[in-house]
Amino acid sequence: MTAQPDNNKVTIVALVENEPGVLNRIASLFRRRAFNIDSLTVGRTHKPHISRMTIRVDAGQEYAKRIATNLQKLVNVIDVRVLDNEPHVERDLALIKVRNDDANSRNTITEICDRYPARIVDIGPKVAIIEMVGTEAIVEQFIEEVRPTGIVEMIRTGMVSMGRGTRIHDTDFTRHDLAQAIAQARAGGNGHKI
Amino acid sequence: MQLSGAEIIMECLLRESVDVMFGYPGGAILPTYDAMTLYNDRIHHVLVRHEQGASHMADGYARATGDVGVCIATSGPGATNLVTGLATAMMDSSPIVAITGQVPIPAIGSDAFQETDVTGVTLPVTKHNYLVTDVNELAYIMKEAFHIARTGRPGPVLVDVPKDVQIAKTEFIYPEGDIVLPGYSPPSTASQHQIDGALQLISEAERPVILAGHGIMMSGATQELQELAERAQIPVALTLLGKGSMPENHPMVIGMMGMHGEASSNLAIQEADLLIALGMRFDDRVTGNLKTYAQNARKIHIDIDPSEIHKNVRADVGIAGDLKIVLNQLLPKLARKSHPQWMNRIRDWLEDSSERDILNYETPGRLLTAQVINDLWSLTGGDAITVTDVGQHQMLEAQYYPHQRPSTLITSGGLGTMGFGFPAAIGAKFGKPDEEVWAIVGDGGFQMTMCEMATAVQENSNVNIAIINNNFLGMVRQWQELFYEKRYQATPMFNPDFCRLADAFSIPNRCVRQREEIEEAVNFARGIDGPTLIEFVVEKEEMVYPMVPAGADLHDMKRRPKPGEAE
Repeated sequence: MTAQPDNNKVTIVALVENEPGVLNRIASLFRRRAFNIDSLTVGRTHKPHISRMTIRVDAGQEYAKRIATNLQKLVNVIDVRVLDNEPHVERDLALIKVRNDDANSRNTITEICDRYPARIVDIGPKVAIIEMVGTEAIVEQFIEEVRPTGIVEMIRTGMVSMGRGTRIHDTDFTRHDLAQAIAQARAGGNGHKI
Repeated sequence: MQLSGAEIIMECLLRESVDVMFGYPGGAILPTYDAMTLYNDRIHHVLVRHEQGASHMADGYARATGDVGVCIATSGPGATNLVTGLATAMMDSSPIVAITGQVPIPAIGSDAFQETDVTGVTLPVTKHNYLVTDVNELAYIMKEAFHIARTGRPGPVLVDVPKDVQIAKTEFIYPEGDIVLPGYSPPSTASQHQIDGALQLISEAERPVILAGHGIMMSGATQELQELAERAQIPVALTLLGKGSMPENHPMVIGMMGMHGEASSNLAIQEADLLIALGMRFDDRVTGNLKTYAQNARKIHIDIDPSEIHKNVRADVGIAGDLKIVLNQLLPKLARKSHPQWMNRIRDWLEDSSERDILNYETPGRLLTAQVINDLWSLTGGDAITVTDVGQHQMLEAQYYPHQRPSTLITSGGLGTMGFGFPAAIGAKFGKPDEEVWAIVGDGGFQMTMCEMATAVQENSNVNIAIINNNFLGMVRQWQELFYEKRYQATPMFNPDFCRLADAFSIPNRCVRQREEIEEAVNFARGIDGPTLIEFVVEKEEMVYPMVPAGADLHDMKRRPKPGEAE
């Protein structure tokens, strides 16, 4: 499922150092520059010292580029990319708790879930939890269909994105390994000993 | 050899060629102050009277020399007192490293005595900051801090060091070679496409203007600027912090731009068909109303900070790069050109301005700030380092003290920090001990940091203080006169007798009330090795003209009436 180009919505992906306070620096930047963002997700990557952020902005390309150049100025932000119209996969995950206390609603929920990439992950006599994964637009469409049966609780992760194909968004960055550097210096390497 | 964190800090400072630091001791930074005793012969510590003074001194030192200025304070109130100075340095891209003590790591987060979340507080007003949690990282962090402070768009970096990290010992290893930070790589060169684009716009322009900012001096591109202006015969308007980027008596320089800029510059910008903005950021004090700003002009914008391009003004050619490098890419292909009609038009505006110049008025019995600054300029041969505070005297300094050399005007432009001038002058003097340094301050701003008189005396700092005393917060009063129907709320000042105050600090002093007394007083101050103070009692209700009211169009200036015209 490829994202449909939405005229104003832009996705920014940033690789950042997995260090204490980095999220705070980014949040502080958004606040003091009065940048309005739709969603921000952050999670680990396959490299323990790198986290990856997906930022969704509902204000067009130029605004997104301004955010990107400001993000890039933060020392702990390693690489920023604005996903313009390049093809990418995007996913949003929602957990939706709905009423499930009569046969009618049970049937409706099952029927809706069958038509979406959604599944019921918990079910009881009164409520059920649905897990729905998809593009932002499809998740929203799903939520509107389920809404009449009675949503009692909901959480969404916000969107995560990844470019398609061989355009790899990664970094060789390794934070200076102190133990290694000190060992090297002891052996007469790249350090100054007194 | 095992060193304590405190000793490592001092060793790192030595390796960064630091020979002076400005600070104030306290509990959480005491281990470092104790380590200082081993380094007093190589690094001089200046004891300030308030930590704000330490940050402004480090800033003044940095601006005068281009090197990193260093200040140091204890945790909690010591660190929070630095904040104004850090914000000032941040806005004007001045390289500072601030070292602060912090409560021991186990106490962090417990509301311990003198504990403040200093990295949190200073996050928005520093280029970067660190909380050191492991003594093994300290040397690396110190090296990174200096690297980040001085490279790219310079700025303040704070290193917060808990007391137990200062005490802990480890083997000291200073990383050699260049710091590599993949998340931090300031731009340097322009692409060929960008250079061609810029050359194209310059060749097509009939009414070009160069806007010269602070970045020219920080990049060391003053020669390149002059060559650009001379070869393509492009007039140069200066920002406040751009003063000194080209000699002001150069025929291509048409004056400062902006709210209190020269009419010639502002009108030229509004009529230009090309702006070449170099190392400046289109601050609102420079542009006035953005909607009507230089509407007919295409724009080339070159700045080292990519986030400045298109921020306030859309550039037709935007180049994120180092000015010296980019101009050297551009100049070999720049054709000679001239714009005689355009220069004639600007010359007419300059002539009109000189007719309105207050110095050409008969003002018997009055002492005006413009006269004080003008006479100070001529008596110092126009060659002193002047460090101003903020307000009317600052704008009049900018108008009446032409600077011929880079980094000879030091002033808080972006943040407009009252209280900056005097401590920054002390810092500048440490950076340039052989130069004549004048702190030009108002009566309001001086009182914010005048405690540093004790510092100046203790250090025998050869700084001359010129207090422009109008017994008012003059610039605020001017706004009240123009926009609040002269309701002078909280602007009249009760002032101490500044000369008797100077006496109490054993600072030689003079009080000047008449223009005829200026020369004797200035010569008196110049002849003394050590701090001096001159109080200039000037007209109470002066105006700074021209003035573009905040948010008004840049050409919509309030002008001083010509002689004979009604005010």
